[in-house]
Amino acid sequence: MKFTLSWLKDHLETDANLEQICERLTAIGLEVEDVDDKAAYKPFVIAKVLSAEKHPEADRLKVLSVDAGPDVNGGKPLQIVCGAPNARAGLVGALARPGDYVPGIDVTLAIGKIRGVESHGMMCSEKELNMSEDHNGIIDLPEDAPVGTSFAAYAGLDDPMIEINLTPNRPDCTSIYGIARDLAASGLGTLKQRAEPQLKLEGETSVGLSIDLDDENLCPGFGLRLVRGVKNGASPAWMQTRLKAIGLRPINALVDITNYMTFDQGRPMHVFDAAKVKGDLVVRRASEGETILALDTREYKLSPSNVVIADDNGVESIGGIMGGEHSGCDENTVDVLIESALWDPINIAKSGRALGIITDARYRFERGVDPDYMLPGLDRTTQLVLELCGGTAAEAKVVGYKAYEPKVVDFPFAEVKRLTGLEISSDESRQILDRLGFTVEGSGERVSVKVPSWRPDVDGKADLVEEVMRIHGVDHIKPEPLESIGSVNGKILTTLQIRTRTAKRALAARGMLEAVTWSFIPEAQAKLFGGGAPSLKLANPIAADMSDMRPSLLPGLLTAAQRNADKGLGDVAIFEVSGTYENDTPEGQRRVAGGVRRGTASINGAGRLWSNGAKGGGKPVDVYDAKADALAVIEACGLPMSNVQVEKGGPAWYHPGRCGTIKMGPKIVLGTFGEFHPKTLSALDVSGALCGFEVYLDAMAEPKKKATRTKPPLELSPFQAVKRDFAFVVESTVEAGAIVKAATSADRKLISGVNVFDVFEGASVGEGKKSVAIEILIQPVDKTLTDEDFEALTAKIVANVVKVTGGVLRA
Amino acid sequence: MSDLENLKTSLLAEIEGASDEASIEAVRVNALGKKGSVSELLKTLGGMSAEERQTRGAAINALKTEVTEAITSRKTMLKDAAIDARLKAETLDVSLPVRSSPAERGRIHPISQITDEITAIFADMGFSIAEGSDVETDYYNFTALNFPEGHPAREMHDTFFFQPDEKGERKVLRTHTSPVQVRTMEAQDPPIRIIIPGKTYRQDSDATHSPMFHQVEGLVVDKKAHVGNLRYVLEEFCKTFFEVPSVTMRFRPSFFPFTEPSFEVDIQCDRSGPIVKFGEGTDWMEILGCGMVHPNVLRAGGLDPDEYQGFAWGMGLDRIAMLKYGMPDLRDFFNADVRWMNHYGFRPLDMPTLFGGLSQ
Repeated sequence: MKFTLSWLKDHLETDANLEQICERLTAIGLEVEDVDDKAAYKPFVIAKVLSAEKHPEADRLKVLSVDAGPDVNGGKPLQIVCGAPNARAGLVGALARPGDYVPGIDVTLAIGKIRGVESHGMMCSEKELNMSEDHNGIIDLPEDAPVGTSFAAYAGLDDPMIEINLTPNRPDCTSIYGIARDLAASGLGTLKQRAEPQLKLEGETSVGLSIDLDDENLCPGFGLRLVRGVKNGASPAWMQTRLKAIGLRPINALVDITNYMTFDQGRPMHVFDAAKVKGDLVVRRASEGETILALDTREYKLSPSNVVIADDNGVESIGGIMGGEHSGCDENTVDVLIESALWDPINIAKSGRALGIITDARYRFERGVDPDYMLPGLDRTTQLVLELCGGTAAEAKVVGYKAYEPKVVDFPFAEVKRLTGLEISSDESRQILDRLGFTVEGSGERVSVKVPSWRPDVDGKADLVEEVMRIHGVDHIKPEPLESIGSVNGKILTTLQIRTRTAKRALAARGMLEAVTWSFIPEAQAKLFGGGAPSLKLANPIAADMSDMRPSLLPGLLTAAQRNADKGLGDVAIFEVSGTYENDTPEGQRRVAGGVRRGTASINGAGRLWSNGAKGGGKPVDVYDAKADALAVIEACGLPMSNVQVEKGGPAWYHPGRCGTIKMGPKIVLGTFGEFHPKTLSALDVSGALCGFEVYLDAMAEPKKKATRTKPPLELSPFQAVKRDFAFVVESTVEAGAIVKAATSADRKLISGVNVFDVFEGASVGEGKKSVAIEILIQPVDKTLTDEDFEALTAKIVANVVKVTGGVLRA
Repeated sequence: MSDLENLKTSLLAEIEGASDEASIEAVRVNALGKKGSVSELLKTLGGMSAEERQTRGAAINALKTEVTEAITSRKTMLKDAAIDARLKAETLDVSLPVRSSPAERGRIHPISQITDEITAIFADMGFSIAEGSDVETDYYNFTALNFPEGHPAREMHDTFFFQPDEKGERKVLRTHTSPVQVRTMEAQDPPIRIIIPGKTYRQDSDATHSPMFHQVEGLVVDKKAHVGNLRYVLEEFCKTFFEVPSVTMRFRPSFFPFTEPSFEVDIQCDRSGPIVKFGEGTDWMEILGCGMVHPNVLRAGGLDPDEYQGFAWGMGLDRIAMLKYGMPDLRDFFNADVRWMNHYGFRPLDMPTLFGGLSQ
């Protein structure tokens, strides 16, 4: 919402300066977004060319002698070199002097020397002063323009412009009058009352008018007045200057008057050329497919959800949004029909959105136009038409209008203190509401407040508190500490939140970089990872490839790794801990820690290094890097690792022979890891050594509640632990895990650990076979083991492994 | 006596000539071993007269002592020389590079770090952290938050919609974290003090807008929380978060459907340089929106607005991260460019705490 200071002062009697006004506007909730104090125009003065001689060295240049009044150059004429074709003796124009900044050419002038002749300034064109695009010649003012005075003041360019960022709840301040009312209420001046137009009315508005709607709320009032015999020329300069100052293009007097009313009073009006209206006017729903060529010269296809004003020609105007080209007023208009109507805000918003039309009328009607001002607005517009265009006004025709019934709010003044902490006397509260136009009825501490017709946003007590508070001044509210609640607050974070945080730090501590990738991914990728359900597809994605809620973090991470590789950063280790989506319920949103390593980006670092061994070559990442990452997350989350099992195999996007599933018990899947299926990689258009994992943080059970924080006592065996090595030759398909399990089960009491330390395949162990070497840690519990004890244990270990794996102890 | 002198001279020469531990040991055995030259002389002591013992005996003992010391000293010398030689041989090139610690290489995304910073600050004021899902119903995202159907405020949100289900209802991607307010009120009795960080979505994309972004909001509901308390909480937060001794804040009356009265809050700062500085300067920067929870929102949460009251505030998590740490473009947050993550990310062991400082 834009306006100028002088326009505001039409309605507000105030001594406040621009800065004070702007400060107050922001303080009362009308946030000033932009101010142009027009200081840029201050330097330019009106000057008269006394003589214009040809430049001795240039045919197209002239040397001017310019008089800029007694205050400039001690009253002596200035010598100025000028190239404008219209520069001539006697011309009165706008002078810029050395030191002045000329906005249109972005130059600060200095005394110049042009082809050997000194120039002490410049006579400006409109373009040079940013007034228009006109650069055909210098500004040529009437001869009586006062030489030596401010050009900006003369041309009306010195009126400061203020733009406020209006919140959608304040339709009353879509008018300059409303803004003045708010400022006056805050004590920054006095609101000038609107004069009631005294109209001399003759005859009837001789056009039939009716409302034909199934829902009367769609058009709760329609006023129409005919003015005969107008002359629709250009509007006067003062009106054009104001409209231009707020960015509107003057068209003709009738149209300019409606625009003026829109901003001055927040009362959008419409004018029809009566000669072009055929038959009666009816307010009705549009028929399906009916079209209108609107004032923006675009054709709109309408539907029954749009309310229109129609005649025998068809649709003449989209109610409250935009008029039609056909019945518009132009310089030939003689009889004009002035419309002042009310429309349903919700329907206006929906229609405007559906049709894609943004107008100053829609802006106001969808917020709510003062119903009580429908008829006064019609009269005020009529008065302006009569003043500017002449003619004779007829009696108005009004249909559907009911007088405004004010909302009444039961308001205890104590609400102000309860909600804001402010100590304001009920007298002050009452006065504030009164100044804002509310009617406070009753006495004492609890009153009835009638809401004025221009404040549809005010519904209840809290709204009134806001009114009192913002006018009294928010700055008066002093910070007050929150009371402490409870001494021990328990946990700030839930287990899942703690695990999320821990997983992030654990993975970052493994040298990985945390990424945040899009929650929505291309449909093809979603389907590849088990997603793509219709319920998780956006109806209005911002881009075609951001259409489906992701079923997995992996596609986003894999493509991110590739993007980095494409930039020459091929060794990347990235992770994300975030949501994936199984369905559209809250429970369907999983919490997943996922990661991808590419190239040689193992936990120990990427790339070549002398310590890597042969030629420093880094080993490409593989399934074991991903497995270690996945288990690290689970371990960091505090799960008992002894209960965690790893099974071979996993979802289809992994390499079937190089992936695994991590489980807790037979049912709970904690995660998956592996290298990727070549088809997955090619479908994602990614390549290189890649491995990845996902761990489902939300699948992890809550930790068991412990009765005490005390840890169990540390029991240290007095007997020395012993290590024994075994190597078994087994079929190469036998899993090392099976050997470990079989060995462990030989004696769960004595065997405290089994570790695989070598896996070897080669001719020496036979075709299709491998040797697996394990180290067994034996911890005697209650006595030192004898040789016989060891023999028995060894035999049992071997027997168990041989039985389970079909292998043999390697000699 | 000259036999002893001769022996001594020859033994000392042998000791001096021993060049390694093996040869000195051989000298020792030859002299002091069971059948060594000195040991043989010592054996003669038994058959000596008392006078003889006093003279020659003493001389033999002196010889033994002298030889023993010489051997020991030579042994030590040779041992040290051997160690020196070994150490010299074992010398390595310590200028060769080593791997950095993975914990130094890894990075935490600014969003996670800022969330931890905010958690640290508000945990201290008795808040806990609440979360909600990204896919929301129209009811929780709008209606329960007092956005009337068709209200222009709904349009300000540029909502992402899902396809309508068989009942014609369409879910949305939450446009703000506020749905968690009502969900929390439904699930928990006051007093409520929660902070809600999370992902939010709007159809918008430029340097400061992204179709996916992050918000954090706070909610306090009890029987007396008012705007003065709100001011306190936000001032404390801004001071602590921006790590400045004081901040000047400006509350401007504004509008949000879910609060009444509503405010936008500006923070005084210096925007003259490339980096925004808080706690100084004469510029204002809008940083958050807040207000008293609207009676209709309390009602939607099952609370009587005449009994309960409270306040809420919300701000862009990414935005305050950009303000504090200076990232120029929001879209980079979601590009997973490792150069960006390395530069703007945080080391995993730099955990924000009130005792150790929010940022290192």
